[in-house]
Amino acid sequence: MEDKLILNGHEFTSRFILGSGKYSLELIKAAVKNAGAQIITLALRRAQGGAEENILDYIPKDVTLLPNTSGARNAEEAVRIARLARETGCGNFIKIEAIRDTKYLLPDNYETLKATEILANEGFVVMPYMYPDLNVARDLKNAGAACLMPLGSPIGSNKGLCTKEFIQILIDEVDMPVIVDAGIGRPSQACEAMEMGAAAVMANTAIATAGDVAAMAAAFRKAIEAGREAYLAGVGDVIENGSRASSPLTGFLRN
Amino acid sequence: MEKRTNHMEYMDGMEIINSSMLDEVTAVMNDYDYSKYTGRDVKNALMCEKLTPENFAALLSPAAQPLLEEMARRAKVETRRHFGNSVAMFTPLYISNYCENYCVYCGFNCHNKIRRAKLEKTEIDREMRAISETGLQEILILTGESRSMSDVSYIAAACAIAKKYFNVVGVEVYPMNSDEYKKLHENGADFVTVFQETYNSDKYETLHLEGHKRIFPYRFYSQERALLGGMRGVGFAALLGLDDFRKDAFATGMHAYLLQKKYPHAEISFSCPRLRPIINNDKINSKDVHEAQLLQVVCAYRIFMPFASITISTRECERFRDNIIKIAATKISAGVDVGIGGHLDGGKKGDGQFEISDTRNVGEVFKTIKKQGMQPVMSDYIYV
Repeated sequence: MEDKLILNGHEFTSRFILGSGKYSLELIKAAVKNAGAQIITLALRRAQGGAEENILDYIPKDVTLLPNTSGARNAEEAVRIARLARETGCGNFIKIEAIRDTKYLLPDNYETLKATEILANEGFVVMPYMYPDLNVARDLKNAGAACLMPLGSPIGSNKGLCTKEFIQILIDEVDMPVIVDAGIGRPSQACEAMEMGAAAVMANTAIATAGDVAAMAAAFRKAIEAGREAYLAGVGDVIENGSRASSPLTGFLRN
Repeated sequence: MEKRTNHMEYMDGMEIINSSMLDEVTAVMNDYDYSKYTGRDVKNALMCEKLTPENFAALLSPAAQPLLEEMARRAKVETRRHFGNSVAMFTPLYISNYCENYCVYCGFNCHNKIRRAKLEKTEIDREMRAISETGLQEILILTGESRSMSDVSYIAAACAIAKKYFNVVGVEVYPMNSDEYKKLHENGADFVTVFQETYNSDKYETLHLEGHKRIFPYRFYSQERALLGGMRGVGFAALLGLDDFRKDAFATGMHAYLLQKKYPHAEISFSCPRLRPIINNDKINSKDVHEAQLLQVVCAYRIFMPFASITISTRECERFRDNIIKIAATKISAGVDVGIGGHLDGGKKGDGQFEISDTRNVGEVFKTIKKQGMQPVMSDYIYV
């Protein structure tokens, strides 16, 4: 059976969600192609107007748009941006970002949950950017989110999986796709997230700030694919997972 | 001249907010002895992932001057990390140059004999339409500081007109009370910039001889009142060269730092003006801020507060501006006219505040940004 990422019934074969901010518009097409990406995020605040150039003209038509609500400071603003995104033809997918801290851009889980409840009820495919908190994750699931998007580390920090243990808890405990978002700085970190069982990885700054944007997009694709294959293959024994023998040690026991 | 008034005493009608930030900024600025820092302190600061105020102080010291290349490299990394390769574009529009202040260094000062004018609403509309046709989506509305000739309602009306043509509207006008900022915000303005000029209140007193601007603490608390009035973000600047620029730059950074700490949602921006020649004025003979010193200050702001927007003015030349956006600045003006009515066919009604150096139009700046491998961004905010 083909390995697919499924978000509210929408199927994707790629597990690499590409960010479109922070780099030149001409490079988007090449980045999407090399990334093999089927979902690309865009900030609606960038897609609005702009007489000179519009980012929407640079995104290939067969790619699913994932508009985000960046700029929203609370649930109310996030909801309005989401509705505007749908009205302007960006589709039903929405990545919720509700941020009221300009220094670290950390998500406000409380406002994110409120926005998720409203937008899921309005038929959106809601993908919430969140701080990896198990209780909130369960609430988001109950509220109708299509997945969880916990941060690996602060946006743009390229620091990788600082929240690794907590992301692992979400993967283990909440039965829905967990997409690691934010902070992934290197293909190796993306690979690690996938090995852990993440359903997908989203990256932007790591690619945007690379010397060769298109080549880095390709490197990330390979890393994500490798990590996914490793996860499916079943990662072998390592001490941190405890011992797990290939055949049962206690099989000799009789009832 | 009459005996000068107490510049630390609020005038009637000026709102006093409950804040101790002025004392805090003044204290750290007075304690700042930049001669004590060594190259080692600067290198240590550059190795820190997140800088403390003490690290910032080292970066602004003379000891950092020989390490400017290292600073620029670090600044560039921070800029790319937080802003990618995007550069925001905007233009300022001066709608009135009437002024009731006597600031000895300023071309708009009330004793300077220049052509005074203000744009009528229809003229504002025509100017803004002309500007919006260049593709810009962000505008900064400026006035001289005259409450009688350009009152809050007049500025609010200009904001409302601006909102028809632009996505983002900022104001750089005289300091006002929070309810007045609220009125501007309700009419579409969302960003307030106030230059403190100098944070040395003794020096400030000698430069701002008459008018509301003379009241130092009222000006200092403008950003806080603007946020209380609902503005999304606020801009800071010292006019480098009016006083000891290292102390002023340190105080500017600390002002922004403390404000962001108190209001974590606030967006922060810096401007980095230094003195330029002006009409009919030969009174100033202050310490020079050369390009290298300006670059040092800009890089220090960037490394200390990597998420802040930094605007580079047309006071600087094309060469400096084109290079600084590759290192630390994230916002650039274009198609600038600092006079009154300069975007209309009929020509200027009133004289400008200062002379600009980079006279390129929007298309030229746009093309240059792209040619350098950067992405010009016309609008980076959405209003819902």
